[in-house]
Amino acid sequence: MSAIRVPVVEKIFSTNDKIANQNRQNLTDKKVLAINLMASPGAGKTSFILETIKRLQDQFRIGVIEGDTAPVTIDADKIISAGMPAVQINTGGDCHLDASMMGDGLASLPLEDLDLVIVENVGNLICPAAWDLGTHFNLLVASVPEGDDKPYKYPNIYRGLEILIINKVDLQPYVEFKMDYFRHGVEMLNPGLITFPVSCRTGEGMDAWIEWLSKKITDFKNIV
Amino acid sequence: MHELSVTESLLNLALSHANQANATKVIAINIVIGRLSSIVDDSVQFYWDFVTEDSICAGAKLNFDRRPAVLHCADCASDYTIDHDLTPCPKCGGMRTTIISGEEFFLDSIEIEKEAEKIS
Ligand SMILES: Nc1nc2c(ncn2[C@@H]2O[C@H](COP(=O)(O)OP(=O)(O)O)[C@@H](O)[C@H]2O)c(=O)[nH]1
Ligand SMILES: [Mg+2]
Ligand SMILES: [Zn+2]
Repeated sequence: MSAIRVPVVEKIFSTNDKIANQNRQNLTDKKVLAINLMASPGAGKTSFILETIKRLQDQFRIGVIEGDTAPVTIDADKIISAGMPAVQINTGGDCHLDASMMGDGLASLPLEDLDLVIVENVGNLICPAAWDLGTHFNLLVASVPEGDDKPYKYPNIYRGLEILIINKVDLQPYVEFKMDYFRHGVEMLNPGLITFPVSCRTGEGMDAWIEWLSKKITDFKNIV
Repeated sequence: MHELSVTESLLNLALSHANQANATKVIAINIVIGRLSSIVDDSVQFYWDFVTEDSICAGAKLNFDRRPAVLHCADCASDYTIDHDLTPCPKCGGMRTTIISGEEFFLDSIEIEKEAEKIS
């Protein structure tokens, strides 16, 4: 008996990718735009989602999926108090959400009534980048106190982005953060990436983001 | 890190191809892994023995074909390899670069044994 070589050439993430595509189709069929929001812990993901909801709640219905490594519902509770449906997904210690967890989250949201779903991924700059969830675009919330070298250290996450938010610009006078150096790294990895510098504390820069997102939601509804 | 779920995906993929080919045993798994793939191959190796227990993949050898991270510089048209952190072109200092290899992560092939076919 001798060994036979069977060619495969298939991505190891293919099972995840299949489920992700089902999620995306499900959302698209219901005309719900979905965003995968990633960041390191404390960058301001939850704050940014709350600020976004506050500015869009008269126009759109927004559901939120909160990924957390532990069964705490602090972030989901904040969204619910803001008047929007939210579900908490506990990854059981895992460092990222995957497409099947995302599918469970979607099943608990009233998709028929929603225009937008925002997924707050687990706070981490390495792992979430590898897993397609089935959202329509990837957004990263970077923040000034994290430092200007992050694109150079975590190239993968920057490469897969459609939108970059630079949060906490109100702290720029107090920390060493060279905006040019930061944006240079981003430009190397993802030329022309749409970028919004904002502060969730002062509201600076939020209008431009909200204008962009409202148009995106409206266009999406008209196209699909 | 996420290597446990990655290793489980790898096993499922390998098993589905092994079953399709009527394998009785899987001898080796050939994986292509790029420097920038954010997968730690030592951890995959570590989990492999656990997840393959009681399957026809038990004992199968994991072979990693490691691909370097290669960037192309648009300014001087040279290619250079990086470790993990992004660095400018060592030749001209240029930062207008594109990644040409290093993001690979796929199952290239499996090596299997089959029941000897009866000659009729
Ligand atoms: N100064 C400042 N602090 C902020 C800003 N956005 C969020 N924070 C603070 O950063 C901390 C972490 O925010 P949170 O939204 O919970 O981050 P998450 O872990 O990424 O969800 C909180 O104390 C926020 O009040 C900002 O724009 N400026
Ligand atoms: Mg949060
Ligand atoms: Zn060069």
